[in-house]
Amino acid sequence: MRVVVEKRDTRSKRMAILIPLVSFIVSLMLGAIVLIASKSNPLQAYGAMLNGAFGNARRFQYTIVESLPLLMCGLGVGIAFRLKFWNIGAEGQYVWGAIGITWVMQFWRFLPVPMLLPVGLAVGMTLGALWAGVPGFLKAQWSVDETLTTLMLNYVAIGLAEYLYINKWKAPLGNMGTPEFPREAWLPQIWGKVHAGIFIALALVVLLWFLLYKTRWGFELNMIGKNPKAARYQGVSIKRNIVLAMILSGAICGLSGSVNTAAIAHRLTKGVNAGYGFTGIIIAWMSGLNPFASILVAVVMAALTTGADALQIAMKLPESMGEVLQGLVLIPLLAGSIFVEHKLKFIKKEAA
Amino acid sequence: MNRQTPQIPIVRMEHITKHFPGVLANDDVSLELYPGQVLALLGENGAGKSTLMNMLVGLYRPDSGTIHIRGELAEIHSPQDSMALGIDMIHQEFMLVGNMSVAENIVLGLRDLPLVPKLDEIKARITELSKRYGLQVDPDAIIHDLSVGEQQRVEILKLVYRGADILILDEPTAVLTPGESRDLNNILKKMLSEGKSAIFITHKMDEVIEFSHKVQVLRRGKTVNTCDTKDVTPRDLANMMVGRDVLFSLDRCPFNPGGIKLKVDHVTVDNPLGSRPLLDDVSLEIHRGEIVGIAGVAGNGQTQLTEAITGLLRCNKGTIAIDGRDMTNATPLQVIKAGVSHIPADRGAMGVVGDMSVGENLAMKKYRTEEISRGAVIKKTFMRAFADKLIKAFTIKTPDQDTCVKFLSGGNIQKTILAREIDSCGGVLIAVYPSRGLDVGATEAVRQNLISQRDKGNAVLLVSEELEELQMVADKIAVMFEGKIMGLRNVKETNTEELGMMMAGAGSVRREA
Repeated sequence: MRVVVEKRDTRSKRMAILIPLVSFIVSLMLGAIVLIASKSNPLQAYGAMLNGAFGNARRFQYTIVESLPLLMCGLGVGIAFRLKFWNIGAEGQYVWGAIGITWVMQFWRFLPVPMLLPVGLAVGMTLGALWAGVPGFLKAQWSVDETLTTLMLNYVAIGLAEYLYINKWKAPLGNMGTPEFPREAWLPQIWGKVHAGIFIALALVVLLWFLLYKTRWGFELNMIGKNPKAARYQGVSIKRNIVLAMILSGAICGLSGSVNTAAIAHRLTKGVNAGYGFTGIIIAWMSGLNPFASILVAVVMAALTTGADALQIAMKLPESMGEVLQGLVLIPLLAGSIFVEHKLKFIKKEAA
Repeated sequence: MNRQTPQIPIVRMEHITKHFPGVLANDDVSLELYPGQVLALLGENGAGKSTLMNMLVGLYRPDSGTIHIRGELAEIHSPQDSMALGIDMIHQEFMLVGNMSVAENIVLGLRDLPLVPKLDEIKARITELSKRYGLQVDPDAIIHDLSVGEQQRVEILKLVYRGADILILDEPTAVLTPGESRDLNNILKKMLSEGKSAIFITHKMDEVIEFSHKVQVLRRGKTVNTCDTKDVTPRDLANMMVGRDVLFSLDRCPFNPGGIKLKVDHVTVDNPLGSRPLLDDVSLEIHRGEIVGIAGVAGNGQTQLTEAITGLLRCNKGTIAIDGRDMTNATPLQVIKAGVSHIPADRGAMGVVGDMSVGENLAMKKYRTEEISRGAVIKKTFMRAFADKLIKAFTIKTPDQDTCVKFLSGGNIQKTILAREIDSCGGVLIAVYPSRGLDVGATEAVRQNLISQRDKGNAVLLVSEELEELQMVADKIAVMFEGKIMGLRNVKETNTEELGMMMAGAGSVRREA
């Protein structure tokens, strides 16, 4: 008996839903093995995680809040990924968004206070866009490999942010962090912990879905991503679109950083590079670059984080166990995605 | 050939049926091949020939039906299985790894290859085999660096090296120049004289007549006829394939050219890798209502000429003008907007986006216009109606317009490109090898379409390797050799010999047509 992986003749919608579901169940079972090995009851542990992520209104709100930057970064990198442009610089673009809004809040005091928030968001978005535009331009003009440039630029952005909150922009009191933004300029909370950023994120989902699936530009991006040679032959400018897509991608990641800073920390401080930009890559992949699917994936990923916190408290399991479980969820999901386009074939082998 | 004694067929396929999503590719097809025989498998694009052969080499499995090899029931699950039975195939698209050497490609996938292959022994054997069959190839050459004809030779060497005695050739001459096809034919004759058997998929009637002992004609997945080659004429075969009478002459208006539409003036394109320019001081004029054919052996600058005109390749010297407007080094979009349509040479890599639907591929030029879009927004209903219209008008065989283009047969992919380009043509049509790999019916449709564009007053540039096609379709023929235009002739004032001489680089005396 042999097993062969074979390309499917067609891609079925049913499989696209069924496979992630089965993968998720597989990952739960793998997690159970690890939990049993560490002498915990897996059912109890999963119960604690579920309870920690969705158990009451406050926990549910916390999960939502956690999912918003993941969703926005996922949407952002997803645009670049459509062109097979591997933007892994979302983290840096996110940090620039945070720097941008802090700059406005701290130094643009000539503005009336109600203007600080919208201007701050716009400036953060612009800085993220510019930061992402640089590798886009380098790739378009001189074919400079984008995985390297976007990755390296992350560390430049993070380093700059550290310099600002530890040194240059530091509040007079305390040993790190900029002064808190004026309270009137915070992004308001609308339901417990959940802040108005949820409207921005959901509006982005609808907007991007429309842009990618309904417009001429979305059609062009699709062509470039699937066959750049054919796109060029049809008169689509690849260079121009790479730069445009990267600018939009960076703008969304930057906006994500501004929104989160205006809603939660209210200042630039340690923890600004919380890894949302990197997790966003996973969100984009697992959602198949579909904006609506990104919502679900972002919430699941956020729940894994908030649930793992609860796991530590309720089950007295080490902190790293949460991370192990998160990793175990990802592997079958990513590995499973191969079966959307491929199938297994079992071959009975006669004596040869 | 020994036909006196009743023999068991070396290959017997019985009642083979194979479905693909939305298509019945083979419907109860049976086939027999006797030792030492050549069976020609003939049929239109999408008739199911390649599918049937792919089942014989284990790339597909039949839904039902049986295969017997040398009288024994065979279960062929993979190319390795078929190789073990002595069956080997040359595919329409070459199956070579571009950045590996000839020798490495030849032994790649051999089951009994040791962990560390003895390359010297392998190379010696390759050299010996290439001498025996007159297949000159350097075993150390990298596939990338070889011409299409040379790559074909590597494919054949692969076959001989593995020692197959049942050969399946899927349109082996489709991508070859006339000279290369002749060489190939000689090699095949030699192999057959050594007692090998072959199944030969082709569209070319003269090859069927020259080579095969028997012909089997498929149409829409079914066998329509099996007969001895000596009993049929090319016309019979063409009619069997298409199921109707095929026109061998084309309707056309009298030649009545208008003003100059496209003017290429002393254009040179440098070769970034070598010394000889890709295009060397090329000048050409095409008038409205005229078809100018470009003849020449592939790789002499024809594709570069069309890419320079369409904005895909930068000119280093010279000018290109459309309607008297300078279009030198315009962007592809500007060229499209000036009304230029282009059927590219490489239909899979450039002509279509394989992973997008037939409907989307058909809309890839017109999506910018009011016919499909309102402002920046594409209207799905308009796009669907537009695609349905073209699918019907050009009889594209597809389950529906949402099917990915890559699932269509080669001929129907070409029809999709043709439909899109002809529909959007605004004055200039550039067609590069438009009938390559197409069957008689589809070829006839392509040619008729080119002529009706000319009759409408459009300027047509037709690049082809078949002189016969150019003589049938074009009004004037220019011959290209090593990036230069060797001469331009009025079709009525030239003949095959003269053109052939120019194709080989002789007779570079310029004469105004």
